[in-house]
Amino acid sequence: MKFFFALILFTGLSTYCSPVAVFISEKAGPIGKDTSLYISPFREKNERCFKCHGQGRYEYTNENLGRQVKSLMFPQGIIDRNKFYIANHKSFSCTDCHSEDYTKFPHPGQLRMGMSNNCLDCHGGDEKFAKFKFEEIDSDYRKSVHFKLEDEGFTCWSCHNPHEYKISIRDSKNLKETILYDNNICLDCHSNYNRFQLLSDKGEVNIMKKHDWLPDQAAHFKSVRCIECHSAINDSVLVSHQIMPKENAVRKCNECHSKNSLLMSSLYKFQYQGKSKAGFLNGIILNQSYVIGANRNEYLEWISFVIFTIVLIVIGIHVFLRMRK
Amino acid sequence: MSKKIYLYPGWIRIWHILNTLMFIILIVTGISMQYTGRKDHLLMVGFVRAVRWHNIAAIILIINYIIFVAGNIITKNGKYYRLKKQNFWSDLWIQMRYYTSGMFKKEKPPFPVTEVRKFNPLQKFIYVLAMYVALPLLIISGIGLLLPDITINKLFGVSGLVLTDFLHIAMAFLLSVFFIVHIYTCTLGSKPLSLFGEIISGYHEAEEEE
Ligand code: HEC
Ligand code: HEC
Ligand code: HEC
Ligand code: HEC
Ligand code: HEC
Ligand code: HEC
Ligand code: HEC
Ligand code: HEM
Repeated sequence: MKFFFALILFTGLSTYCSPVAVFISEKAGPIGKDTSLYISPFREKNERCFKCHGQGRYEYTNENLGRQVKSLMFPQGIIDRNKFYIANHKSFSCTDCHSEDYTKFPHPGQLRMGMSNNCLDCHGGDEKFAKFKFEEIDSDYRKSVHFKLEDEGFTCWSCHNPHEYKISIRDSKNLKETILYDNNICLDCHSNYNRFQLLSDKGEVNIMKKHDWLPDQAAHFKSVRCIECHSAINDSVLVSHQIMPKENAVRKCNECHSKNSLLMSSLYKFQYQGKSKAGFLNGIILNQSYVIGANRNEYLEWISFVIFTIVLIVIGIHVFLRMRK
Repeated sequence: MSKKIYLYPGWIRIWHILNTLMFIILIVTGISMQYTGRKDHLLMVGFVRAVRWHNIAAIILIINYIIFVAGNIITKNGKYYRLKKQNFWSDLWIQMRYYTSGMFKKEKPPFPVTEVRKFNPLQKFIYVLAMYVALPLLIISGIGLLLPDITINKLFGVSGLVLTDFLHIAMAFLLSVFFIVHIYTCTLGSKPLSLFGEIISGYHEAEEEE
């Protein structure tokens, strides 16, 4: 009896007291984070801009007053060097995308009226980037709900921050981080009304309230991306870009919580090779999550079936022997 | 005339009926969650409903379980669950022999039910395993799934939720087997249905003495 209690206590404790250990190791974890091993050839040159745009405060010489003036940079004008030098376009000089005239200060007024390059301007038809299928992404985007906002200023850059965008899911080592990264792209507008109101006259929408129907919302938003439910499945690109109107969003639980879970054609598309891992259905998901209904183990199911059958047969025999007397 | 003994006090009977109802709800909703398909299935409870009812039934079952444990500590009922080292395996064997052959030869039960011995050794052992090993593990792992934040993330490189879920499903399966066997063994009373009457009325018809 004591032995049993010890066993239960041990199993219980060892499984559930360990969050403490996890917490400690997590705290110890990301200190030595790789900021930028990459040295840009334009590092020096970019400092021309970063000296003002790299932090909250900038200085310039006011020629009329004949002295240095300190002022605050507007928040969107602040660019994080660390993030810039790990982004996809880290090898760029600021003036590759922005006019050379920005070296002047105050920036000439007509620069405001300029147009920025589109992704397709550089990436369209380029063999080197063929695997990304920019054209296909572009045509998906044209069918998405956001495309009608182009007149208001919505572009690919609205989701792909020009100074920070970094591919994530394609070479993801930590899926949870990717999910967070991708969801923040959407939340940067959908739960940031300052930005949202630039594009729409719609009042503020509480995105968390709108998803109240999803139990354990926090767990879900940590384990699936917004686009899992909101974009149409497109098997030929890695990240489907066709965001559908809210009426078409996935609401039914069994779209994910089932044997043929849609997660396998979205979030886990890249890793999915159709194999099952040690008898698990959709085993690849297990590295990250356990999705009820999608991760059944075929071996265990088989064993349980056999045990159950044997039990029923034994009972059957017993009944027979009792009746015979 | 047979003698009546009062074996199942009121609280055990209420505990038992609640426990049974919750257990059935948990099995049905649990299976529904595990086997949902992309299309809704006629026999299955929908996933949302399954999750909700599984959670509700589980919480009731847990509270009920606490009552069971507390009751067995406070009242004398707990003494029926105390395993004894002495003759442990031989008693199990004797009872096993009775179930597998003796009873077909109309032998008398080796451990007749009395006020001091509600359960035969085998029955007692199985009840202890079910109530004090499998069910607590089922409950602990269930709480782990209900509140995933307290569940360890990784253990030996496997997601903690996967292990927790394993434990949960394995225990649920074992208890389901227990459930079936339990219902069956409860037909082994003096008459096939007499024990079911007893867990409702509380009184046991003692086997006729010589
Ligand atoms: C002396 C400080 C200073 C320097 C150096 C500087 N900027 Fe600016 N920049 C500003 C300020 C202040 C603003 C906001 C006021 C404005 O729009 O003129 C601004 C605005 C901008 C804008 C937004 C204009 C718009 O249309 O809203 C861009 C783009 C920009 N800077 C790019 C650059 C680039 C590229 C460089 C480097 C070649 C650079 N800046 C160097 C201070 C500076
Ligand atoms: C890959 C091209 C690219 C590079 C490289 C680039 N930018 Fe930009 N930048 C853009 C685009 C496109 C926009 C307009 C964003 C939009 O429309 O939302 C922009 C906007 C800005 C703005 C205005 C932000 C705002 O919201 O008003 C500033 C300031 C700026 N860039 C500064 C810089 C500086 C400084 C560098 C160099 C460190 C730099 N940019 C490098 C493409 C680039
Ligand atoms: C001014 C031209 C230009 C524009 C505009 C541009 N890119 Fe790029 N992009 C490049 C070049 C050049 C590279 C290669 C950089 C390198 O190898 O260091 C690149 C790299 C990338 C990469 C990384 C490729 C890899 O193999 O790592 C991605 C992804 C990408 N761009 C996406 C975009 C998206 C999305 C947009 C629009 C939001 C965009 N780019 C706009 C020129 C551009
Ligand atoms: C509504 C937001 C949104 C818009 C608009 C958007 N994207 Fe994306 N895009 C994403 C997200 C989210 C990802 C996934 C990022 C990741 O994890 O790597 C992505 C990824 C990509 C990738 C990398 C895919 C890969 O195979 O690794 C490319 C290329 C890309 N987008 C191009 C574009 C182009 C071109 C446009 C405009 C026609 C565009 N995107 C507009 C949200 C958007
Ligand atoms: C730059 C801001 C911005 C970003 C980033 C953004 N959205 Fe939007 N989104 C909007 C605006 C503005 C609307 C239009 C609201 C309206 O007027 O109906 C919209 C509409 C939508 C709608 C349609 C809602 C409806 O009423 O049918 C969905 C769904 C949606 N977004 C999902 C997403 C997802 C998923 C992402 C990330 C991949 C994302 N959005 C990223 C600004 C943004
Ligand atoms: C599990 C699927 C799922 C996930 C994950 C999900 N959504 Fe939704 N979302 C829906 C459904 C279904 C609706 C429609 C709700 C309704 O009509 O009331 C919706 C509605 C919306 C709307 C429209 C709200 C309105 O009524 O104006 C926006 C915007 C939106 N979601 C954005 C997001 C963003 C951003 C994320 C990621 C942080 C996200 N969604 C994650 C399923 C999902
Ligand atoms: C877009 C796919 C998707 C949809 C749709 C979805 N889920 Fe989930 N769900 C997941 C994933 C992935 C997890 C695993 C979360 C984790 O890693 O802990 C999960 C976990 C859960 C959990 C367990 C959470 C926990 O405590 O660990 C419950 C309960 C759940 N989902 C219920 C639902 C219900 C009810 C619905 C429908 C209203 C639903 N889900 C719709 C993907 C989905
Ligand atoms: C349809 C379902 C069920 C029926 C018909 C049933 C029937 C019975 C009967 C007739 C008894 C009295 C005989 C005896 O003591 O062995 C009993 C006792 C008991 N049952 Fe059940 N049972 C059911 C479900 C369950 C479940 C699901 C559990 C636990 C998970 C359980 C646990 C117990 C325990 C522990 C006792 C002994 C109670 C005590 O007196 O202390 N039963 N049951």
